[in-house]
Amino acid sequence: MNARSESLSVHAAAAAGPGRVTLADIVGMAVFALRGNVLRSVLTALGVIIGIAAVIVMVSVGQGTQAELDRTISNLGSNRIEVWPGSGRGGGVRFGAGSVSSLDDGDVAAIRNEIAGVQYVAGQIRGAAQAVNAERNWNTQWVGVVADYFPTNGWEVAEGAGFSPRDYGGAAKVVLIGTSLRDKLFEGEDPIGRQIRLGRVPFTVVGVLKSKGQSGWGGDMDDVAMVPLETARRRLAGQMNLPPGSVTSISVGTARAEDLPRVEREIGDLLRQRHKIPPGGEDDFTVRNLTEIVSARTQTTRLMSLLLGAVATISLVVGGIGIMNIMLVSVTERIREIGLRMAVGAGPREIHLQFLAEAMLISLGGGVIGIALGIVGTLLTSRFGALPVALDWQVIALATGFSVATGLFFGFWPARKASRLEPIEALRHQG
Amino acid sequence: MGAPNVVEIQGLGKVYSPGTPAEVVALRGVDLVIARGEFVAIVGPSGSGKSTLMNLLGVLDAPSSGTYRCDGVDVAGLDAAGRARLRLTRIGFVFQGFNLLSRMTALDNVMLPLAYAGVPRRERAERARRALSEVGLAERAHHRPSELSGGQQQRVAIARALVNHPPILLADEPTGALDSRTGQEILALFQRLRLAGITVILITHDGAVADAADRVVRIQDGAIVADERRREAA
Repeated sequence: MNARSESLSVHAAAAAGPGRVTLADIVGMAVFALRGNVLRSVLTALGVIIGIAAVIVMVSVGQGTQAELDRTISNLGSNRIEVWPGSGRGGGVRFGAGSVSSLDDGDVAAIRNEIAGVQYVAGQIRGAAQAVNAERNWNTQWVGVVADYFPTNGWEVAEGAGFSPRDYGGAAKVVLIGTSLRDKLFEGEDPIGRQIRLGRVPFTVVGVLKSKGQSGWGGDMDDVAMVPLETARRRLAGQMNLPPGSVTSISVGTARAEDLPRVEREIGDLLRQRHKIPPGGEDDFTVRNLTEIVSARTQTTRLMSLLLGAVATISLVVGGIGIMNIMLVSVTERIREIGLRMAVGAGPREIHLQFLAEAMLISLGGGVIGIALGIVGTLLTSRFGALPVALDWQVIALATGFSVATGLFFGFWPARKASRLEPIEALRHQG
Repeated sequence: MGAPNVVEIQGLGKVYSPGTPAEVVALRGVDLVIARGEFVAIVGPSGSGKSTLMNLLGVLDAPSSGTYRCDGVDVAGLDAAGRARLRLTRIGFVFQGFNLLSRMTALDNVMLPLAYAGVPRRERAERARRALSEVGLAERAHHRPSELSGGQQQRVAIARALVNHPPILLADEPTGALDSRTGQEILALFQRLRLAGITVILITHDGAVADAADRVVRIQDGAIVADERRREAA
């Protein structure tokens, strides 16, 4: 008994100035509390799990769709209006084949000279032909083009010199080929300076076009051969029965996007006048503002992303309210524990931090599970949903931040309630 | 270290719900001085104000009037956080219902105040183990409260109260939930702690329990009615 008494008095005298509870201990306490009811913790986190998974999938799909649209827009070239002959693409029965050749060089020149704000005008004719290099051949699309065609449609020459002014004027038998056609005909050999035939006409390859990939409408844009417009008229368009000087479409580019609606309207007026179409008569051409169509699609996508974002936000808020709800229940259930912790020396700050840490761990844990589910969901969407997706670390960082913020925001009030309990009442609480 | 008197109370009063029809005067002008190393029993029937006095002594509540110096520290003017710090360093609590956390082992329960005191993690288990062996429970360190008898649980609670080396041990009906033989063992433990220099303040309604103390303070209707010293403090 004496020996023990001595050891006790030594300890009593050894009490040193106390420090503060560490953050690691607070987190440890929170983890311990959550492990006490794993099922409840997971169920509480369910709202955040679903919310975060939804955020990940939606942002990924939204960004993927946006990226594809951006690519389509850049492939489109400048602010672009396209004019086709005939009124009914697909409804051509009414006007028949006679309307096909309604556009010509005169229309192109008139658009260039009479409409303000037009930067490029290009008339072209299109057709299909068998391209042949020795024993390799491939059925491809050819386009007879003028110099303005390239900037208007966003084409660039990647290799080789391209067409010179003399090529256009002299109807030279030169050709620019797309990367897909190059791969079919040359299979890795250098095509520059080589001869190919389109139909029976030999051409010299003077360049390879920069790849544009898939078009927004699904076709391979790189499966193409371009020749000067005059060359096409004289050498390739023989069986098409085109009147002299006619073109099968006109591309118009404006310097400023805001000019597009006006220029579109003025082209219509100009061509009706030139083609002598009476007021109320049916046009023998179609004017399409392609940029507008794409930007309408972009806006649709934006709206969809916004809507999906709203759904994700709502599910996060609902998840957060679920956390707040359960944390309030937890505080009430654990009043005696809180009282005891206060009696042994925990202050309001320590109690507040512990319950805040519990709420944050629930929502952060939910966030981590949600991110995993979201990544799986995104991959499944891209594989089976045929939707373009773009998954990047920023989305994941954003989702993690959201889940922490959810826990902080919705855990604050229950934690504050716990920290403001009176120690005596908490200790005496019956429950 | 510290003041010679661990408790210095002057004119201490406590009024609940002041200025309302539900106003209750629980303590009216109590003076009390307790020296370091005393074993004092505060005795009174229920409603006498002894629980209020216990709450004030334990710095769980703030007085309405009067002054209280706890181990030399004036309690007036401390906020909730300041009172918590004072409890952490100066007072160990022992309750009638033990108030152990049921999911934690005895050792973890004893380690709890060490975490709030910021004691480095590796020191905690060692100090908690020593505190447990001081109350004779070294071999039960890894048992949960539900695997311990009432007397053993109360010893764990005492170890927890002592682990931060507070000068004051405040016990509220510590034998109330125990049979009389186990209760006597707990009281004997208090006497030993008193010999080790710890001030033990025991709050009880039971005169037989109070007999274990060196000094008995009787309280009735919110005032001290008797203060008898039975033995000299060690």
